Amino acid sequence: MTTTHLGKIKGVNGNLIRVEFASPVAQNEVGYARTGNLRLKAEVIRIRGTVAELQVFEDTSDLHVGDTVEFTGELLSVELGPGLLGSIYDGLQNPLPELAAESGFFLQRGKYLASLDRKKTWAFTPVATVGAVVQAGDTLGTVPEGIFQHRIMVPFNLRGKLTVESVAAVGDYRVDQVAAVLVDERGGKHDALFHQRWPVKLPIKLFAERLRPTEPLVTKVRIVDTFFPVARGGTYCIPGPFGAGKTVLQQITSRYADVDIVIIAACGERAGEVVETLREFPHLEDPRTGRSLMERTLIICNTSSMPVAAREASVYTGVTLAEYYRQMGLHVLLLADSTSRWAQALREMSGRLEEIPGEEAFPAYLESVIAAFYERGGVVKLRDGGIGSVTIGGTVSPAGGNFEEPVTQSTLKVVGAFHGLSRERSDARRFPAIQPLDSWSKYTGVVPDEQVTFARGMLRRGNEVNQMMKVVGEEGTSIDDFVTYLKAEYLDSVYLQQDAYHEVDSATSSERQQYVFGRIHKVLKTRMQFAEKDAARQFFQRLTQLTRDWNRVAMDGPEFKELESRAEQMLAEVTSYA
Amino acid sequence: MLKTYQQIEQIAGNVIVVKASDVGYRELAQVTSAQGTSLAQVIRLEGDRVYLQVFTGSRGVATDAQVRFLGHPMQVPFSEALLGRIFTGSGQPRDRGPAIQENMTAIGGPSVNPAKRIIPRNMVRTGIPMIDVFNTLVESQKLPIFSVAGEPYNPLLARIALQAEVDVIILGGMGLKHDDYLYFRDVLEEKGALARSVMFVHTAADPVVECLMVPDIALAVAEQFALQKKRVLVLLTDMTNFADAMKEIAITMEQIPSNRGYPGDLYSQLAARYEKAVDFDTAGSITILAVTTMPGDDVTHPVPDNTGYITEGQFYLRNGRIEPFGSLSRLKQLVNDKTRADHRTIMNSMIQLYAAYKETLEKQAMGFRMSVWDQKLLKYGVRFEKEMMDLSVNIPLEQALDLGWQILADCFDATETGIPSKMTDKYWPKK
Ligand SMILES: Nc1ncnc2c1ncn2[C@@H]1O[C@H](COP(=O)(O)OP(=O)(O)O)[C@@H](O)[C@H]1O
Ligand SMILES: [Mg+2]
Repeated sequence: MTTTHLGKIKGVNGNLIRVEFASPVAQNEVGYARTGNLRLKAEVIRIRGTVAELQVFEDTSDLHVGDTVEFTGELLSVELGPGLLGSIYDGLQNPLPELAAESGFFLQRGKYLASLDRKKTWAFTPVATVGAVVQAGDTLGTVPEGIFQHRIMVPFNLRGKLTVESVAAVGDYRVDQVAAVLVDERGGKHDALFHQRWPVKLPIKLFAERLRPTEPLVTKVRIVDTFFPVARGGTYCIPGPFGAGKTVLQQITSRYADVDIVIIAACGERAGEVVETLREFPHLEDPRTGRSLMERTLIICNTSSMPVAAREASVYTGVTLAEYYRQMGLHVLLLADSTSRWAQALREMSGRLEEIPGEEAFPAYLESVIAAFYERGGVVKLRDGGIGSVTIGGTVSPAGGNFEEPVTQSTLKVVGAFHGLSRERSDARRFPAIQPLDSWSKYTGVVPDEQVTFARGMLRRGNEVNQMMKVVGEEGTSIDDFVTYLKAEYLDSVYLQQDAYHEVDSATSSERQQYVFGRIHKVLKTRMQFAEKDAARQFFQRLTQLTRDWNRVAMDGPEFKELESRAEQMLAEVTSYA
Repeated sequence: MLKTYQQIEQIAGNVIVVKASDVGYRELAQVTSAQGTSLAQVIRLEGDRVYLQVFTGSRGVATDAQVRFLGHPMQVPFSEALLGRIFTGSGQPRDRGPAIQENMTAIGGPSVNPAKRIIPRNMVRTGIPMIDVFNTLVESQKLPIFSVAGEPYNPLLARIALQAEVDVIILGGMGLKHDDYLYFRDVLEEKGALARSVMFVHTAADPVVECLMVPDIALAVAEQFALQKKRVLVLLTDMTNFADAMKEIAITMEQIPSNRGYPGDLYSQLAARYEKAVDFDTAGSITILAVTTMPGDDVTHPVPDNTGYITEGQFYLRNGRIEPFGSLSRLKQLVNDKTRADHRTIMNSMIQLYAAYKETLEKQAMGFRMSVWDQKLLKYGVRFEKEMMDLSVNIPLEQALDLGWQILADCFDATETGIPSKMTDKYWPKK
């Protein structure tokens, strides 16, 4: 299928090489730069005349002018098949644990391993029958992968109608064996293997129709699910300055989110953060299934000191794997941390290509690239009637924490929800530090709308009173306004804030959110009477402490009811019945 | 074998262009002219034009200078004999000791496979409550001190280094004032730590390109020690000088700057160095403490800003104290649940109350009446600053936690603090 052409290196500038070629070369084609015994993977990113420019996915030290480049004829692709779940890959889908087993502590340049285990066998049950007419993306049979039925599908690159000539019998197969033989309309025969390859920059679009994202994706983070919800198949972004809590928010989401599969794309940030995930997840229980969390997780790890070009590839690798599982009727959540690092990789390359820079030296096409990436999220109806979704959540790391910068602004234009983290809140340890007045979501949440609207109004008024108090002081503030301010603070302390490290508080189910928010809504609505401001403050301090204790006990335990009734009692004592 | 070229085509900034063939990217060369000999490194290949960055600068380099390619990239020696020694940014002895040439290894080596890292687990005790209690330092952490010129950041670095239980200390000085260089040498000497230290020092008077080499050299040596199961602490001061050196080269190379003149890859360049911090699963560790001075005390300046996105937190040094706001140890939660059961409670509550104190101060400055609650906060804030924040305080963690409870109890009622009842029941000091 692939033919190899050769080219010669004319220049090296960082990880960009200029290569002279004779036979045809395609944009985004993969090539290997050879020096000594090394073969360094690279991708064509610009062609001018007889010179192709390639970004090398490795350190380019020792490359010489005159060295050979092999062009492969294949676009940058990933392997799709059973065994992806639980894997830890770099941005080019090399399995990191296997690389470690071969090369030790350090990543070795030019070392590439098969993404899927070639020895492992999978128990196949055919679905398609001989003579059936199928098309790309249809199911030929299934193998169990963890808790899922992994569909072995008609290769996505086959066009038109195909007839099943033969299909593998029930039994154990390796990924490189043939699952079925298919005949196209012109009589051509095609082997459908237990795995296939797909170019990462092309979306997989083999569904019947795209639907509107309406179902909430419950993250168990209260401020998200109640105030700024995410929908299955929707997109959202988390911009925030460093240290505001982007990564922690994604980490807890990756643990508790109510989806089938979570794909974590650690894109150009700290290696240590991924290590926490990959060391802990195997020992954590997935509350939905009782199995190891790792069984539903896939990690793409291209951290900041790993090659920059592979960082750019990593988000595409992630979303392609997500689309693959969506095609099986599953709900997949892709978390990318951080999309700014990907944008910076684009910027570095654009600079080396000496393109005319846009704002802050980002390339002019930044916005359309970001838009196209988020467009790959979505909820779809498959041809068999099943529903699958890819939800994309990306963090953004704006320079100087200023949201008026190109990556944040381009992202805000395309996503369905905005969780803006504020330095002010994180400094005050109000976590998760999502700014409740500026953030927004276009999706529907888990709590009745009118309650949320009321609470939001209370937050806004509380903030106004607080601002005013800074000018006129507490003594210049009426007791009613003061109570409004205290109510807003109360809502913030006991509901918006949530302790990511507490075993109970860290995850709040949607039932619990509905229940608890109902109570808090009642507190906010209650007209209260206090003799003086200090009494009001003391009351709210006590109620806050009690409610926080309440957040920390299991909902089905005896303490839950007890604390609840104590709170009711307290409330009754200050209620004004006038 | 080694080829010599003499056709220098261009000299600009610290970069020279020579016509040569069969040269490897990042290869090292020796440039010899009337001024003497300097090392240089290939930073770009374009046909037969080879761009070299000259370590001692291009001043005095003539168009007929000799360029001899060495066939390998920049390397550093590694041996126990490095201990107690002081070198320049390009690895030449700065003390009177002999040159060392054993086990030459390339600098700027590949990154550690994330799958071989482990979750850091050991607290590094410093005796400074603002660190130990509020932002615990952890072995293998990478952490900068954000500061403005004039703050005592170098003494703070030295103090932590001397107090920390590590096997090897490596100092990388960039644009260091000569006095500061002597200061480090003398304190390490005085406290008997020089024998377990290696210093790579670029002073403000040295050629700027050598400044660029310092972090890579220091970290390459650190890596070798760590692979020998040593716990290594690397001190880098000042990384802003390193970034400025990169800016200078980028401008010479006519790269399009992204932000205030800094190159677009500033983040990746800084990360490549900081990510060398590591805890190996079957070997030693590298902890990096760096200084990042903030031009104009502006944390949004590209250098501190990019640094903050890379490092595992930061300490803000301001007015001679480590500020609780903005300071952060991202790894603290990996260790502060194993120190003492009340550690996190004290950490969170004292900071929240200190934030409230700051608000009260503002109100007071506006001339508003102080409520009973405000009065309590005012009392609290003063004690917190004096007994916890002051850098002269030097007490073990446990004593600092006890002190925390005492200050709280002296200022507040238990229910006012927002601390869960389970904790106050147990720890609130009885009157
Ligand atoms: N939800 C949370 N609960 C408690 N602490 C948090 C929370 N989110 C963040 N933090 C604190 O803030 C630090 C930085 O968070 P992180 O997610 O790494 O920030 P970012 O990714 O935005 O730079 C964490 O190490 C932790 O100490
Ligand atoms: Mg982060």
